[in-house]
Amino acid sequence: MSTTGPTEQSQSANAQSGDYLLRCVGLHKWYGSVHALRNVDFNVRAGEVVGLVGDNGAGKSTLIKVLSGVHKQDKGDIFLEGRKVVIDRPRAAMQLGIETIYQYTAMIPEMSILRNIFIGRELRKAGPRGFGWLDRKRMASEAVASIAEVGLDLESPHRPVKELSGGQRQGVAIARAMHFQSKILILDEPTNHLSVKETNKVLDHVRTLSEQGVTCIFISHNLHHIHPISDRIVAMARGEKIADIHPDDTNIDDLNKMIS
Amino acid sequence: MRSVLKNLMTRPEVSALAMLVLMVVVFSLISDRFLTLNNFMIVLQPMPEIALLAIGVTVLMIAGEFDLSVGSVFALSPMVMVLLLAQDVPVSLAIAAGLLAALLVGLANAGMTLKIGLPSFIATLGALFMVRSLAIVISGGFPPAFPRDMDTSWLVGRIDLLRASIFYLLGIAVIIAVWLRKTDFGSWIFATGGNTQAARDMGINTTMVKTTCFCICSVLAGFAGIILAFRIKAIVPSMGTGFELQAIAAAVIGGAALAGGIGSVAGAIIGALLIAFIENIIILARIDANWFKFAVGAMIVISVALNTWIRRTAERMRLGDDQ
Ligand SMILES: Nc1ncnc2c1ncn2[C@@H]1O[C@H](COP(=O)(O)OP(=O)(O)O)[C@@H](O)[C@H]1O
Ligand SMILES: [Mg+2]
Repeated sequence: MSTTGPTEQSQSANAQSGDYLLRCVGLHKWYGSVHALRNVDFNVRAGEVVGLVGDNGAGKSTLIKVLSGVHKQDKGDIFLEGRKVVIDRPRAAMQLGIETIYQYTAMIPEMSILRNIFIGRELRKAGPRGFGWLDRKRMASEAVASIAEVGLDLESPHRPVKELSGGQRQGVAIARAMHFQSKILILDEPTNHLSVKETNKVLDHVRTLSEQGVTCIFISHNLHHIHPISDRIVAMARGEKIADIHPDDTNIDDLNKMIS
Repeated sequence: MRSVLKNLMTRPEVSALAMLVLMVVVFSLISDRFLTLNNFMIVLQPMPEIALLAIGVTVLMIAGEFDLSVGSVFALSPMVMVLLLAQDVPVSLAIAAGLLAALLVGLANAGMTLKIGLPSFIATLGALFMVRSLAIVISGGFPPAFPRDMDTSWLVGRIDLLRASIFYLLGIAVIIAVWLRKTDFGSWIFATGGNTQAARDMGINTTMVKTTCFCICSVLAGFAGIILAFRIKAIVPSMGTGFELQAIAAAVIGGAALAGGIGSVAGAIIGALLIAFIENIIILARIDANWFKFAVGAMIVISVALNTWIRRTAERMRLGDDQ
C-alpha cells in the first residue's frame, strides 16, 4: 500500500545507518505557562511519509511551527542532513528546503493563483529582493507548469484564489510547495474543512508525492487519513511523543485509544 | 472581450470611474461653464495637495492599516520648514527637515501600531491630536511669516491656470503606481493587507512592509502641506484640519478597502478629483455651500455600494463561464 520497492529498500538502508534527513532532539516550547512541547525527539528519513497524529491541543502544530520558523523552540536542537540548523523565521525554513502547508489556507484571496504561488518569493527580471522588477511572464509559465504537475485543472493562473474551492486552494498550496523543490514537505491538517471528494484528492496528491520520493510530514487527527499513506506513524499527546510505530504494527482502533 | 470587461470590473477604481463619467455629464448640464478648459485648470490647482494625501492613505490602507494623523502632519512639516527658513537655513535643508519630521511621525505611528499593538485607528487618532498640538507649540502660538521673496516657482509656479505642483503629483503617482504593480515590494504590500498571517508565513517581513507604508503616507502628507504653504505663501498651524477625512473619503471612493489588500493610485486620484468637482459645481451653480459635505458623504456610500455590486456581478460572470 505504501511506497514502491526501491524507495523502501533505500529507507531501510537509511534506517540501519541512522541517517536521518531531519532530526529534532529534546524540543521544548512554552506559550507563557502552557508547556506545548515536552522534550520531543522527532526524526524523519529521506523519502519517508511520516504521519503525525494526536488529539486537538496535543502540540502537533506547535512542532510544525518550530520546524517552519513561525515559532522558535525554547530548548532543544534541530539537525538537517546532520547539520545543526537555526530556524528563526519562515524564510530560514524555506531556504533550508522546508515547505509547509498550514492548517489554515495561507493564501491571499484577492490575489491571483500565480501571485499566490510566488508570494514572498517573486521571480524578478532585475534588482535585489525587495527592489525587484517582477518577471510576470516567467511566473505565469512556471505557475502553469507547477499546477499541471500536481494534476490540478484551474483554467487560468490569473484567477483570484477567492474563486477556488477549499480543495483547489490546498492543491495550489501543494503546487506552491512543490515548485520550490522542498527537501521536506509538511502538511498540517490539509484535509480540514474539505469534502470527502476533496479530501481524497489531497490524499492522492500526497501519495503521488511520496511515489516521487518527496519526504512528507502529514498531520491529522483523523487516523483513517493517516494510516493508509504513512510509512511511519508518530503519535503525540499533551506535548509529548507517545508512540513511534510502523503502520503495519498497529490498527486504527488501537491508535485511537492511545491518543485519546 | 468578456474577459477584458471582467478585468475592468474587478479593478478597484471602477465605480469611481463610472461616477466620474456620470458627474461630468450631469454637471455640464447644470452649468455650461463646467466643461471648459479654464474651469478644469482651476479645479486642478489645489488637486496635488489632497491627491497626495489620498495616495498615501491608499497605500497604507492596501497594507491593511489606517492613518488619521495626515491632516496634522500636513501642518507640521511646513511649520518646521518655515521656522527653519526664518533662521536662514537653506530651503533644501528646511524642506528636508520638514519631511524628516513627517517621517518621524510615520515611524511613531508604526511603532505604536506594530510594536505596542494598538489598532492603527487608535494610534493615529492619538497622533492626530499630538501632532496638531506640536505644530502649534513649535510655532510659539504665533505663526512665523513665510519668506516673501523666496523662489517658489520650481514647486508651485503658474503654467497658465495650472501650478507646477501638478507635475510633482503626476510624477509621484506614476512612480508609486508602478511600484505597487510591477515590483516585488508592491506585491508584498497587497499580500500583507490581503492576509497578514499568510504573508508572514510565506516569508514576508510584514512589520517592515507596514512600517514603510506608514512612513510613505506620512511623508506624502508632509510634502502636500509644504506645497500648500508654497502656494499660499503662508503658514497657519490649523491648516489641513479635517483633511484626513477628505483624504480617507477620496481613498475609499477610489476603491480602497478598509480591510486591506485592495486599492489603487488611480482610484485615489479619481476620488480626490470627484470631491474637487463637487466643490467646483457648488460654486459654479451657486448652490448653498453647506451641501458640500452632504454630497461627499453620499458619494462615499454610493461608491462603496456600487463597487460591491460590480464585484459581485463580475464574480457571477465567472460562474456563468463555467457552465
Ligand atoms: N500561539 C499560542 N499561544 C498560546 N498557546 C498556544 C498557541 N498555540 C497553541 N497553543 C497551545 O499549545 C497547545 C498545543 O497546541 P497545538 O500545537 O496547536 O496543538 P494541535 O495542533 O496538536 O491541535 C494547546 O494547549 C494550545 O492551546
Ligand atoms: Mg493543529
